[in-house]
Amino acid sequence: MSASTDDIHVFPVTTLPGESASVRQPLLEASQFLLKALGHVLLGSVLPALLFALWWTAAERHWVAEQILPPPAFVWESLRDVLQTGELLNHVKFSAARVGWSLLIGGAIGLVLGFGMGLSRTFKAYVFPTFDVLAQLPVLGWIPLLIIFVGIEEPLKITAVSIAVVVPVALSMLNGIANIPTALLEVGRVYRFDAVQTITRIVLPAAAPSLFTGLRQGVMQAWLSVIFVELLSSSEGLGFLMAYSRSLSQIDMVIVAMLAIGVVGILIELSLRLIESRLQGWRRSAF
Amino acid sequence: MSDKQTFDWRGLVLPVAFVALWYALTSLHLVNTKLIVPPAGVLITGWKELADLNFYLGVALSLWRDLSGFAIGALAGVAVGTLIGVSRLADKLIGPTFHTARQISLFAWLPLLSALLGTGDGAKVIFIAFSAFYPVVLGTLEGVRGVTAGHAEVARVYGFNRAQVLFKLVLPAASPQILSGVRLGLIYAWLATIGAEFLLVNDGQGLGNIVFKGRNAFNVELIVFGLLAIGLVGNVFNRIATRAEAHLLRWRPPAP
Repeated sequence: MSASTDDIHVFPVTTLPGESASVRQPLLEASQFLLKALGHVLLGSVLPALLFALWWTAAERHWVAEQILPPPAFVWESLRDVLQTGELLNHVKFSAARVGWSLLIGGAIGLVLGFGMGLSRTFKAYVFPTFDVLAQLPVLGWIPLLIIFVGIEEPLKITAVSIAVVVPVALSMLNGIANIPTALLEVGRVYRFDAVQTITRIVLPAAAPSLFTGLRQGVMQAWLSVIFVELLSSSEGLGFLMAYSRSLSQIDMVIVAMLAIGVVGILIELSLRLIESRLQGWRRSAF
Repeated sequence: MSDKQTFDWRGLVLPVAFVALWYALTSLHLVNTKLIVPPAGVLITGWKELADLNFYLGVALSLWRDLSGFAIGALAGVAVGTLIGVSRLADKLIGPTFHTARQISLFAWLPLLSALLGTGDGAKVIFIAFSAFYPVVLGTLEGVRGVTAGHAEVARVYGFNRAQVLFKLVLPAASPQILSGVRLGLIYAWLATIGAEFLLVNDGQGLGNIVFKGRNAFNVELIVFGLLAIGLVGNVFNRIATRAEAHLLRWRPPAP
């Protein structure tokens, strides 16, 4: 309360006689919010601007050879080129399709594994020790072996990225189920829920937040691994664009591909946040 | 949970069944033994590699790259994380750039780094440092943000100067999250080490190079053995980190 009256002193607003305070207040808050946001954006862009200036000067004064660090204008031109021809979007589509398929396959396997280990103690006793050891192997370590068995074509990419998804999804499902308070299950018993009801009304909703965390990690891991596999061996996709341009010493295209990878990463992050907030909104309204 | 202390033999069923199937299929020649090599072959190759000095050299070089990159990345990560966490101005200045750059998939940095710094150890170590940097910053940030106003007030009452606030309040209070960030950084650094050695396979020696050269020579025994070695190193790192974490945090009262 005191803060809002102070604000009026700082920014005196000429009040019309009939105008009520409730109209002024949101306007004032909105303008302050805008000013604050503007300040944040300005401060936040200082560092990128400095880096950009450094890049620009380094290229302008030829501190490094142009083949190694192309000037910004050159990168911009290349970016416009691949955007206009649709080449960049095509590569993005290939990478995204790989991530999508792997999420479906790896996510499904991870769900089944996590669900099985979470619900059945016997299943867990048989499977978990092996799963735990395998999960600690870095995904990249599998790739040479996978190349021998499935070749270097599409199955390699899908398999490798799927493995990257299985682990976090299965682990989070397992943890989510393990952390369900026994009180909830007891309520279910009091209401004489059968197995299906227990799973759909108690287990799934209670494990959902943890599962979402795992899914989020899965998506991040998938995006990381898809770029790696494409860098290693591929004939399309963003990673391929980088590796190919690098082998031709077209660093401008390497930077364009990096920018695209960053933009896709940001889009993934934003959409995950949106889904998560929806999920939590649902959770709050449930209680 | 009652048989938690005793060894549960059921966990061994799957691996034993797998090895038995593997052995049966290869010894009965039901599968192409060039592709699916017999288990004995892996053991023999492993034994040969363990007697080969080059193997130890490769492992040592990989570990050296991994640990030096990790050390740089973790130190820089704690410094930047603390700075962003403590100072609002630094947060506004660095935060947006950091959180945006974080979205660039890790391995996407490698081609540019190798263009700027060559394909030798320089680029690899910087890349590994990068990979450890992100999780450590995030862990540190989380820890520093979690320092309560009450603690800060106590520090003010005692008249702590800035260095004292940093070393006696902020860093100890944030240490659990910093350490879990560091542990994550260690895992990522090992991932990056192997990845960098796969991608820049023609320059230098290392565990990743050995494995990937096995791939090129179609030496499946070597690949399987290398995969086991990579997994083992990662596992040992994780165990050491978990122990060290528990040891460093032993002053904390156990969680209620």
